Amino acid sequence: MTALDTPTTTPTDRVRLAAERVRLAYGEKVVVDDLDLQLTDGSFTAIVGPNGCGKSTLLKALGRLLRPTAGSVLLDGRAITSTPTREVAKVLGLLPQTPLAPEGLTVADLVARGRHPHQSWLRQWSSDDEAVVAEALRWTDMAELADAPVDALSGGQRQRAWISMALAQGTDLLLLDEPTTYLDLAHQVDVLELVGRLHTERGRTVVVVLHDLNLAARYAQRLVAMKDGVLVAAGTPAEVLTEQLLADVFELEARVVPDPVTGTPMVVPVRRLR
Amino acid sequence: MTLTAPTRAPEQRSRPRRVLRAGSVSATYRLRQLVVPLATVVVLLLAAAISMGRGDYPISIPQVLGALVGLGDDTQRFIVTELRAPRIVAAVLVGLALGMSGALIQTFARNPLASPDILGVNGGAAIGAVSVIVFAGTGTTAAGVLGGIGLPLAALLGGFVIAFAVFGLAWRKGVDGYRLVLIGVGLSAMSHAVVQYLLTRSTIWDAAAANVWITGSLNGRGWDDVLPLALALAVLVPAALALGRVLNVLQFGDETARGLGVRVPLAQGTVVVVAVALAAFAVSAAGPIQFVALVVPQIAVRLTGGSRPPLIASGLLGALLLVASDLTARTVLTEAFPVGVVTAVVGAPYLLWLLVRGRRRSTL
Repeated sequence: MTALDTPTTTPTDRVRLAAERVRLAYGEKVVVDDLDLQLTDGSFTAIVGPNGCGKSTLLKALGRLLRPTAGSVLLDGRAITSTPTREVAKVLGLLPQTPLAPEGLTVADLVARGRHPHQSWLRQWSSDDEAVVAEALRWTDMAELADAPVDALSGGQRQRAWISMALAQGTDLLLLDEPTTYLDLAHQVDVLELVGRLHTERGRTVVVVLHDLNLAARYAQRLVAMKDGVLVAAGTPAEVLTEQLLADVFELEARVVPDPVTGTPMVVPVRRLR
Repeated sequence: MTLTAPTRAPEQRSRPRRVLRAGSVSATYRLRQLVVPLATVVVLLLAAAISMGRGDYPISIPQVLGALVGLGDDTQRFIVTELRAPRIVAAVLVGLALGMSGALIQTFARNPLASPDILGVNGGAAIGAVSVIVFAGTGTTAAGVLGGIGLPLAALLGGFVIAFAVFGLAWRKGVDGYRLVLIGVGLSAMSHAVVQYLLTRSTIWDAAAANVWITGSLNGRGWDDVLPLALALAVLVPAALALGRVLNVLQFGDETARGLGVRVPLAQGTVVVVAVALAAFAVSAAGPIQFVALVVPQIAVRLTGGSRPPLIASGLLGALLLVASDLTARTVLTEAFPVGVVTAVVGAPYLLWLLVRGRRRSTL
């Protein structure tokens, strides 16, 4: 047992995070309405959909960054907005789309900040925290870069550093908003491999917003497709990624063939439908 | 053959962390973060001792130390403990408060150009103080005395009112640093317009007195001026230090900070209240010394390294800058020269040098 192991045991059907008839709005503008979603323990879910469909908004609500104007988000059966935010932070970690690291911050300092919810005036930085941070750095292959400033890293390394911080936070659940944005394909694969290992080796329950359908189908066990703030389909990648759905949701004519490497569905675009 | 470059450390100076352990508690630190504050304290004490000896009546450093513990003749004791010590203690406390206030505001706003001046503290304090100077009377001696009694409090209240007006206008379920700076610039400009208007309504003697105050001056400060500031700092400095941990996380921006369990609006509000109070008490004691809160945190972060202006080092360097500037004003220049002029002359070239020399961008 290493310092990073969380209390999670084998995956169960227990619902960890759920949206119940949520309506999400920015001011007057309703982005998501009457949406239901359940995320079970140990699952790996990717939310997909066209730009502006409300998938990042939904992820914000699941991570209690946005308060629903109707309905509620339940974390382990309890309304997330009425749970103390520090308690939530011990169970649920999140990575915003373009997180900001202040200039001059080293990777080790960044990862150490992940321990914030576990510390207080009575419980300051401890050797336990130190061990967790060292293990998180090692596990994400960032140990050699521990003393490098985050702003000097490449895009892929920077994303690994943030994932390392999320790992050090030690939460069962992890929400990631487009973690592969601005990365080249090799680094996209690299980041998703890492997230996949968090799921398989560390038992994390992962929810990720992704643009690339083929990568989503390859790494996630479950896809959730959204359009215009409505949940259109949810299920295994094979169930969700059909030629009909691509036409309906993405307005895209495409062939769906088995991925020659993993056998998961692979989308080959033909042309845009209008 | 592989075309992908191996992962390796960027070409950066490595800043090794050291670990301090006491039982199960450990703390990581970098050597520079300890050395800079300690060295500053040594230089500060030296500057303060020299400053107490200098003036129209020179006293050697051993005699200064003797006078402080009650030795030496009455004249020396009077000059050191009643004339020079309160002025120098005021310089230390004002510099400490301004340096820490600047470090808090710059970290919170994620903007190296932010300072309590931008938040309107100086503008508000100037309205309060100049009002007292102008309206307290017609320039007679009695009115001057009256003004002197009411001025620090009026400046304190003025600073608080404008700063919280800025904060209130910037508030939208939390505060965006950029919006805060823009609104602060606007309200500061309005405050300075009010001050200019008051000056046009005043006599030439009042206007001269007001101008000295607006520049920032330690002339004639006694223990009566030091006491309220010292009491305020006894509360505010520990409060500021207690905020260090949450500042580390607030720096990441609202979403990441909330993800790490910080109640962002509450934390932001606390940071601003402490920063404004530090600056307002400093300004009420010495006038709006413009430069310290803006530049000292940037000097401090370049000396110590790290991701944000360090609170303790910023405070100590602020104190050192003010004591050194005051010493310069009193000895190299004439006794009546306001310290606010010198802080800019001493500090600005140093910051420019650090900026030109360093690779660090001028952003936080």
